[in-house]
Amino acid sequence: MKDMITANDLTFIYKKEDGRQDEAALKDININIKKGEFVAVIGPNGSGKSTFAKHINALLIPTSGKVVVGGFDTHNEKDLWNIRQSAGMVFQNPDNQIVATIVEEDAAFGPENLGIPPQEIRERVDQSLKAVGMEEYKNRAPHLLSGGQKQRVAIAGVLAMKPQCIVLDEPTAMLDPSGRREVIDTIKKLNKDEGITIVLITHYMEEAVDADRVIVMENGKIALSGTPKEVFQRVDDLKRIGLDVPQMTELAFELRKEGINVAPDTLTIDEMVVQLCQ
Amino acid sequence: MSIRTENLNYIYMKGTPFESKALDNVSVNIEDGEFIGIIGHTGSGKSTLIQHFDGLLKPESGSVFIDDVDITKKGVNLKAVRQKVGLVFQYPEYQLFEETIYKDVAFGPKNLGLSDEMIDNKVRKALKMVGLDYKESLVKSPFDLSGGQRRRVAIAGVLAMDPETLILDEPTAGLDPRGRDSILNEIKMLHDKYKKTVILVSHSMEDIAKLVDRIIVMNKGKCILTGTPREVFKESKMLIKIGLGIPQVTLLMKRLREKGINVSDDVLTVEEAKREIIKYLRGRKDD
Repeated sequence: MKDMITANDLTFIYKKEDGRQDEAALKDININIKKGEFVAVIGPNGSGKSTFAKHINALLIPTSGKVVVGGFDTHNEKDLWNIRQSAGMVFQNPDNQIVATIVEEDAAFGPENLGIPPQEIRERVDQSLKAVGMEEYKNRAPHLLSGGQKQRVAIAGVLAMKPQCIVLDEPTAMLDPSGRREVIDTIKKLNKDEGITIVLITHYMEEAVDADRVIVMENGKIALSGTPKEVFQRVDDLKRIGLDVPQMTELAFELRKEGINVAPDTLTIDEMVVQLCQ
Repeated sequence: MSIRTENLNYIYMKGTPFESKALDNVSVNIEDGEFIGIIGHTGSGKSTLIQHFDGLLKPESGSVFIDDVDITKKGVNLKAVRQKVGLVFQYPEYQLFEETIYKDVAFGPKNLGLSDEMIDNKVRKALKMVGLDYKESLVKSPFDLSGGQRRRVAIAGVLAMDPETLILDEPTAGLDPRGRDSILNEIKMLHDKYKKTVILVSHSMEDIAKLVDRIIVMNKGKCILTGTPREVFKESKMLIKIGLGIPQVTLLMKRLREKGINVSDDVLTVEEAKREIIKYLRGRKDD
């Protein structure tokens, strides 16, 4: 499979207001994310997750090293719009991302700016709202929607740009449990049905369990990387970094300490039930 | 400090097409010194309810008693009520504005017209409660701190008013697991050591299960259930139906019971789940 995103020796240093340089926020990061992959990025605050995410759609440009998105090097300013069209971003606070007073106008904002013919905008907006399950709400005012619904509208706005990849920076941090489920189910569906590459930044380990790959960041570096099963069974490492593990993995870890033979890479309730019922 | 509401009703945007009943006959009772968790779907009325506790909203009908004084009546000194009830909003760090941590925390007591010495006392105490350094607070800007630390400053600003009750609306939203645990530990200490009445609004069932004495469940403007975490999380079907979750370990126990395995269903933490499973497995061996 082809690469969607590659980062080679990516280093990024924020400049302070007085011109002095801060410590590097990203240090020699090397990542390949394949087309169609669902990657979850976890790590404590300040570990560089969001800084990395902002490199994917060229909101930040590497201080050294390079990032290539959909074949475009983010150092090349002339490819900026191609990059932003390939990789859409969804942020934490839904209220900061909604620009229009009607749901479907909000979803149309991106393609309108691309100068796409009205007929095609219509089609794209309808398709996008349908893909996130918000077509019934297309004539509603966004401020009267729930948090989960607003985030789905934000995702529809990105989808209408027909991106190959969507980067979501803690999209569920401000949502209640059912809002979180709505958003995560939508992301999974877009990944499976539409083949869109997903980069999901999250503090909720339960959301990372469904990814193809989990990348753990610490102090601007990649501390661990692998399938959820590979990463989450390293309970001690994750706790040292200051992260949670899914409750079922922690329970498996504790039971193993007592000599009970359950798999160390147990992630879900279903897996635990099967093992205990044997 | 006790808080009691009687048949509280509140209507948003009354007389417009968007009119909606945000609180529907809510009667709750919070005892002095209790640690209360309020859970509910977005729009269930949680935030509307807590804003009645310090008189920020006036009900359509019904009463709010703070230490047996009805604060919805005319002539009540709301300023005094708000000093007793400290409210920490969501993302309180967005409300910081002063140039040093100290000045920000001192803002509330200063507005009370206290002497510099009394203000200093209150600020020192508040900083200590949330684990911030006094000396550093004099010179450092709150904007040079991490998100979790900034939130501490905001909470200290409320504590400096010396409230008897502290209400926190989603105090851990957006924090990483370590930041979350340390803020929650401090809130627990405010309850255990400083004997504050604490009301915690949260979407995290795991946090609520670990911390509080009693839970109030809100749905569609109504208080539909109150009880200890064990009592409330037993109602898993209902909680899921109204858009809430239950802790994963509690759900595991339910699923095991459905398979005919005899484990207790009022398990709330990993530690308790471990004990139950070991008990079951060892018991099976002896058969």
